[in-house]
Amino acid sequence: MLNPEAKLISDLSKPEMLPTRDGYGKGLVQAGEKDDRVVVLCADLTESTRSLEFKEKFPERFIEIGVAEQNLALVASGMANYGKIPFISSYATFSPGRNNEQIRTNISINNVPVKIAGAHAGISVGPDGATHQALEDIALMRVQPRMVVVVPCDAVEAQKATLAGAFNDKPTYLRFGREKSPVITTDQTPFEIGKAIVLRDGKDCAIIGCGMLLYNALIAAEELSKEGLECMVVNSHTIKPLDEKTIIDAAQKCGAVVSVEEHQINGGLGSVVAESLSRNHPVPQEFIGIQDRFGESGTAAELIEAFGLSVTHIKEAAKKVISRK
Amino acid sequence: MSQYIHDDKIEELELKANEARELLIEMLTEAGSGHTAGPLGMADIFTTMYFHVLNHDPKNTEMADRDRLILSNGHITPIRYVVMAMAGYFPVEELKTLRKFGSRLQGHPERERLPGVETTSGPLGSGLGQACGIAYAARMDKKNFRTFCLMSDGEHQEGSTWESIMFAGKNKLSNLTAIVDRNNIQIDGMTEDIMPLENFRAKYEAFNWHVLEVDGHNIEQFVDSIEQAKAIFEKPTVIIAHTIPGKGIKEIEFDYNWHGKPPKPEEAKKFLDELRTLGGKIKSEHQ
Repeated sequence: MLNPEAKLISDLSKPEMLPTRDGYGKGLVQAGEKDDRVVVLCADLTESTRSLEFKEKFPERFIEIGVAEQNLALVASGMANYGKIPFISSYATFSPGRNNEQIRTNISINNVPVKIAGAHAGISVGPDGATHQALEDIALMRVQPRMVVVVPCDAVEAQKATLAGAFNDKPTYLRFGREKSPVITTDQTPFEIGKAIVLRDGKDCAIIGCGMLLYNALIAAEELSKEGLECMVVNSHTIKPLDEKTIIDAAQKCGAVVSVEEHQINGGLGSVVAESLSRNHPVPQEFIGIQDRFGESGTAAELIEAFGLSVTHIKEAAKKVISRK
Repeated sequence: MSQYIHDDKIEELELKANEARELLIEMLTEAGSGHTAGPLGMADIFTTMYFHVLNHDPKNTEMADRDRLILSNGHITPIRYVVMAMAGYFPVEELKTLRKFGSRLQGHPERERLPGVETTSGPLGSGLGQACGIAYAARMDKKNFRTFCLMSDGEHQEGSTWESIMFAGKNKLSNLTAIVDRNNIQIDGMTEDIMPLENFRAKYEAFNWHVLEVDGHNIEQFVDSIEQAKAIFEKPTVIIAHTIPGKGIKEIEFDYNWHGKPPKPEEAKKFLDELRTLGGKIKSEHQ
């Protein structure tokens, strides 16, 4: 059953649909209202990264960099060094993709609290195709020492993550999607960077996910329940630092894990979970994610089906991993 | 005669720059690795910055209104370390720890390890963008300090450098002064053979910068250009400082093979003798 402490929406069959980038836009305005050190820098994608509302509300604190993602990271590094709290908005394939070295040297080694917002992450970006579907960004960011990595599951959580990220005083990567996706959490749902949330209790298998696919994970768990299998669902929104305690507890209770993410299975949440469990409490694991391929054009729904990320795929993975116990 | 600096001050700075060169040779020889030519060529400029130009306090490195000196080409950091030690940021004795395990004097500088360093650097083409960010933020807050960015000529082959040049020009960052060490060498040879930078002046001007060119070993000219830049509004200023790589040691001057290696102990002895006996000659060239 759903964990009452997670305070999710009451009816999972009729969720509101909003892109997580909308939550980012709202979180930016909220952070800007709270602290005038907050500045937003954008590389010619103001509307689609949802930086527009901040720009309109605080024009003097919005800086247009143009199509120059390396300089985006550099100028932000300088502003953070001075004492500002800069957010940098672009598509994740470009930032932290193209400007990865600038982030490594001038944000992470330099240790200045720049907030990197990667929009259009995941296969659900859809029609734009492989070049614009960031599927490697979690891996790129999680291997940098000092970098905090957060993948919100819906627009409401995205807003909270943006606000929390603004004031954690650390280099931070926030990952957002383009497509509208189900809003499953509420204003009452707890959120703390580094603290995973058990969305649903269960004992047969732990489905540990991040991002919009957590909705599919919850639906899969509900359907499996009707077949007599009770799956725990964990929202591991923070990839780094990983909430190891919650992950280990889940593995100990269920004895099997399915990881679920809109990212390459190499280096993403699934890898992080496997690394932690192999050290602490090894259990069988199946990996729902992109299987070492690039994406392609299509609707989000078509691609989620074609790349093996649907409710059916998650159910199959759960049954398979339970059989391996 | 300069409006901005007295002759006796120039002489004092020249002597200090020569002392910096001696400490540099000793330090690099002790370290057994590191860059020699670039740091020697920038001894006059670093000495002038720390002992005449900058508003700074070695005992209060976080002073809010300090001028910011951003070193983009981090590989010439040995000369910055030397001059910082001479200025009182840390004991001169500590220079011997360069590049050694546990040292604050990393092979390429790190902001958090050594107070006063301002930014981590080494990978080229990244200093100017950060200097832009600092200058932009300072202007937002109506701060009056100046931001200086010391850059190499070779790093103008990095595309990111031009992204930052474009940004500074568009935003008219007149509180930003870039100083380019135009020594014409890079690791693989001469810049104009590897990937030409000329017409350097015209390129900057096309990006809406004010351009000044000086002899980077002529302290009077350099100080004059720094002061002139302060009076330029509506544009950032770049000072293209023509320098001689290896300046002060004849065997090293103009030789790109000395870009990235330190002197051996027997060479160091010879070089130190040259610096000590010809200290007066460096000065006399400018008189």
